[in-house]
Amino acid sequence: MSEHEVTLTINGESVTRPVEARTLLVHFIREDLSLTGTHIGCDTTSCGACTVLVCGKPVKSCTMFAVQANGAEIETIENLAAAGTLHPLQEGFWEKHGLQCGYCTPGMIMSAKGFLADNPDPTEDEIRHGISGNLCRCTGYNKIVEAIQYAAEKLQAADAGGE
Amino acid sequence: MIPAAFDYHSPQSLDEALSLLQRHAGDAKILAGGQSLIPAMRFRLAMPSILIDINQLNDLRYIEERADYLAIGAMTLEHSLEDSPVVRSSYPLLRDTAVVIADPLVRNMATVGGNIAHADPANDHPATMLAYRATVVAKGPKGERTIAIDDFFTGLFENAMAEDEILTEIRIPKPSANSGGAYTKLERKVGDYAISAAAVQLRLDGSKVAEARIGLTNVSAVPMRAKAAEAELVGKSISDAVMEATGKAAAGECDPSPDLRGGVDYKRDITRVMVKRSIQQAVARAKGGK
Amino acid sequence: MPQLDDRKEHHSELAEGVSARVPTTDEVQIKTPEKICGMGHRKKRKEDPRFIQGKGNYVDDVKLPGMLYMDIVRSPYAHAKINSIDASAALEMDGVLAVITGEDLKAAGDLHWMPTLMSDTQMVLPIDKVVYYAQEVCAVIATSRYIAADAIEQVFVDYEPLDAVVDPFEAMKDKVIVRDDKEEKTNHIWHWEAGDKAATDSVFNDAATIVKEKMYIPRIHVSSIETCGMVANYNKVREHMQIYMTSQAPHAHRTVFALVSGIPEHKIQIISPDIGGGFGGKVPVYPGYVICAVASLVTGKPVKWIEDRSENLQADSFARDYHIEAEMAADKDGKISGLRVKTLSDCGAADAAANPSKFPAGLYSICTGSYDMKAAHVEVDGVYTTKPPGGVAYRCSFRVTEAVHMIERMTDIMAHELGEDPADYRLRNFIRPDQFPYTSPTGWEYDSGNYEGALNKAMDMLDYRALREEQKEKRAKGELMGIGISSFTEVVGAGPSKDYDILGIKMFDSAEIRIHPTGKAMARFGTKSQGQGHETTYAQIIAEQLGLPADDIEVEEGDTDTAPYGLGTYASRSTPTAGAAAVMAARKIKAKAKKIAAHLLEVGDDDLEWNVDRFQVKGSPDQAKTIQEIAFAAYTNHPQGMEAGLEAVDYYDPPNLTFPFGSYICVVDIDKGTGEVKIRRFVAVDDCGHIINPMIVEGQIEGGLTMGLAPAMFEEIVYDEHGQNLTGTFADYLVPTAVESPKWELGKTITPSPHHPIGAKGVGESPTVGAPPAIANAVVDALWHLGVRHIDIPITPPKVWKLLRDAGVTD
Repeated sequence: MSEHEVTLTINGESVTRPVEARTLLVHFIREDLSLTGTHIGCDTTSCGACTVLVCGKPVKSCTMFAVQANGAEIETIENLAAAGTLHPLQEGFWEKHGLQCGYCTPGMIMSAKGFLADNPDPTEDEIRHGISGNLCRCTGYNKIVEAIQYAAEKLQAADAGGE
Repeated sequence: MIPAAFDYHSPQSLDEALSLLQRHAGDAKILAGGQSLIPAMRFRLAMPSILIDINQLNDLRYIEERADYLAIGAMTLEHSLEDSPVVRSSYPLLRDTAVVIADPLVRNMATVGGNIAHADPANDHPATMLAYRATVVAKGPKGERTIAIDDFFTGLFENAMAEDEILTEIRIPKPSANSGGAYTKLERKVGDYAISAAAVQLRLDGSKVAEARIGLTNVSAVPMRAKAAEAELVGKSISDAVMEATGKAAAGECDPSPDLRGGVDYKRDITRVMVKRSIQQAVARAKGGK
Repeated sequence: MPQLDDRKEHHSELAEGVSARVPTTDEVQIKTPEKICGMGHRKKRKEDPRFIQGKGNYVDDVKLPGMLYMDIVRSPYAHAKINSIDASAALEMDGVLAVITGEDLKAAGDLHWMPTLMSDTQMVLPIDKVVYYAQEVCAVIATSRYIAADAIEQVFVDYEPLDAVVDPFEAMKDKVIVRDDKEEKTNHIWHWEAGDKAATDSVFNDAATIVKEKMYIPRIHVSSIETCGMVANYNKVREHMQIYMTSQAPHAHRTVFALVSGIPEHKIQIISPDIGGGFGGKVPVYPGYVICAVASLVTGKPVKWIEDRSENLQADSFARDYHIEAEMAADKDGKISGLRVKTLSDCGAADAAANPSKFPAGLYSICTGSYDMKAAHVEVDGVYTTKPPGGVAYRCSFRVTEAVHMIERMTDIMAHELGEDPADYRLRNFIRPDQFPYTSPTGWEYDSGNYEGALNKAMDMLDYRALREEQKEKRAKGELMGIGISSFTEVVGAGPSKDYDILGIKMFDSAEIRIHPTGKAMARFGTKSQGQGHETTYAQIIAEQLGLPADDIEVEEGDTDTAPYGLGTYASRSTPTAGAAAVMAARKIKAKAKKIAAHLLEVGDDDLEWNVDRFQVKGSPDQAKTIQEIAFAAYTNHPQGMEAGLEAVDYYDPPNLTFPFGSYICVVDIDKGTGEVKIRRFVAVDDCGHIINPMIVEGQIEGGLTMGLAPAMFEEIVYDEHGQNLTGTFADYLVPTAVESPKWELGKTITPSPHHPIGAKGVGESPTVGAPPAIANAVVDALWHLGVRHIDIPITPPKVWKLLRDAGVTD
């Protein structure tokens, strides 16, 4: 039952904490770092409520040990509007009513962020597959798809404008 | 659902990993992507006392086309297969498989080597690698050796590697001209294991099937090749009747267990359908289609 | 009887804009400008900024100093005697403070049993036997989640397995008695009937056609993505219990806790913070809650309990589980004349359904649906089995889903049997618009409806006749395509207090509005949103009534110390009850505001008229006082003799339920090789009366459709013969993803409720109720010519495959 010192970057900030080897990353984020925007919805790597970006890739933080994140860069929902303005995905979810109870929302948004980084101009079908690791029980997904389309357009426009 | 406590090691090199494995043989488990192991640990179905995390072994993450084979490092992420231009252009069976493994988030952690080493007949890669006649490279204290995929799966969750060996690479022979492959999977929903799935890799000689290998997913206790089905296909001109006979042979030789995904008869018949559909697609690709 | 007079006064005001029979339209009314954002505006939700930034506050986010963690030891058997519980090894572990057993609860004042919402009893923790798989056996309290999880592995329970009884028909034979704590040694719990038996038998005697079908509406689970949980914080000095809890009904739960625990009700505060989905699953009181509260009482420290998903799926309340035998009669013209239904309700190990007290089978007797018929008779029997107790709604108003599934399936079977098009058959059997208010054969008074309007609209949206032509062509080629219709009637908004109560507490609901001197407002409610968007819609209702911008109205729910008493949010009751209370409270405020305006403008009350956000002098609109000016005056310059302030509270007791309805059409293609059903199109036309926020209504409908798809094609709780749950995780309990869920196409008609003060009806559950039969009817429609009459949901590939192969169809 080993204890380890973990140093990682979370939302741009470097932190060092002792952790028990078996501590799940999601518990580390929620309990040790008090970032409760990342949620837990299952025990079988099925629901994606715990999705965070690890080195830019969306993963299920319930299926990774905190100790494995040593040296990694982690981004959670709390970072998206850190600069004071909402991220286009946050805007999209708000504009298009892409959330109801809000519980799956942080995971859904982080998943979509990783997905759009890979596929900035997706079809509806690609979006549906892209978020198929995240369960939502409230919305029926139509409006989540619209929210991601909104963000994709906005991000692309921003990219085009920046060139 | 909290895993039981364990000791954790994170070797920085393959040699370090191997020496740790040798020191703790029997007690240690290798942690690759962890997408099967960690859920099992959360339910305490697996309670290894020592975990050797090989995620720092970035040397084992590569997809390289070599002289006569495609080399895939064991720690290559499933997601990398989806993204790989060479996989996309030349290994459609592999790409078909990669995109239906679990879900996109899992594929960002899960590794090709882990999927194969786990030797779970419900996993998707075993059937595909069987169809490809792949070779597994394992490294242990005595050095490196290659294991033909046909010899690799020895039982349910059991493979031909010794306890102190680590799977390092998978080699897929470069498909020759007029080859095509496809993976067809029926699942209850995204993220589920297959009800049944069929991997077919074949080579055409004119209208005839010159070579064919067929792997099946989740319809046997050990990942299996459908050899009787292959025999129905090889040497024949492609026709509905041949495909049907091939599918039927696969249905007959597989050995599914009844569960929530369906009964035995159902799974056998779905195997027939999956095999037929994979052949159709493989043939289309062999003829130059996508 | 002053209350009665008040009620009369309430309802005399209803006339405002709503008459008894209002024509159907599809135009959403908007009467306020964008800056006020009253009803009809697609207002972005006020609650969203916190959710999209990860700043929601759910129960598991609550962290109190010195907080302990609870984990629960659960039974590996569905039915077993407990010989002993040995917790000594667990108690020796570092960080373990206590292990709570049934004996401990008994010693604490017989807390090992608790009442259910149906006035049955349910074990909190067992003393001598367990009656379902995953039942709570004892609980460990430890300093961390991880230690608690380790410690439950160190509690050793000696069980002596008993025979399980999983099949309710077997249970009715009383060979294995589930509840031997009861005086009567039988598993039969209750028998309940509605309708006129003699009249129904007579209609069946005269019938030209009778169709019969057996159907099973399987056990399912709500599976909100947030599981249940609690933080109980007992303060020994104040003798005060503060509870954070995943509760859809915090006030009712407070009362239940007071009654069960003996803690005075004013010393209990229940806070239901942000709730990650409810769907009925957070209405019951589960054993875990009670144990957690006791753990805090015992230790004097805050204690947190958060369920795992597997615990949630395996032990929390289920929904449905109705075994139905239905018969429908038609006269010589083919018109539906009667319905006769017998049903066995599998209640599990306790009757813990979340139904109004007088309705053991909920509102199931609404089962004549949208069709006018002469007579109907419904019988339901409740039975114990060794399965988890419950009977919650799964996004439905008390068993109406089961009723709708049955009537829509039966109507379809009758239409096919008579060789009629299912759409045309419905059109000629509907209750006509001029028949409302309509009294059904089982005694329901439907407030309003225009069923043909909704069905015609749905048919237009996908060109129904052309699809039928396409189906003919496809069938000629051997392809399988089906079109399924469901024209459902919902019944929501419980309810009139004369009939509806939970444990004796009448099912009214409440609103309290306080307008501050600067014209900003605080509104509190007895309901509790779990994603429905109350913070936005209630604000829009008040904005509409008072002309205050919706953004200036803070809506708060879920804290029993501050909110007025209410029965909570479930069964689509919030808009029909608390939404109406908001209107009534606002109107009380408006009445006072008028007096203040008259005082300020130095005119008589009768000289004033209301205009959006102000009272103005009739004929000279320049002379006006806005609601903000009036609010300021209410604290600074109110008439002598008048009470200062501008606030009101209303406890609304609805005169009737509301009856939303809709017509759904589903088009499917079936894969002959695999038995897969692919939904090609799904058109949903809903009518929920006047719409408060169209965007939120669409969201409710789309979400409800996916929750209708789920039991229709994917979800089922399955037990083996030993009562073990085989679907106890999300790996096998198949909640649909964005890939399985089709792109829903929505349409609407608007037929206002004549008795609701703003003509609104509930909507959140209509689609969950209406969608499953549309899907089932589409699949049967594709297969009818092969001799298929019925398929039980969930319609999975193996079931369809079997029907195809039995009919000799293959790829």
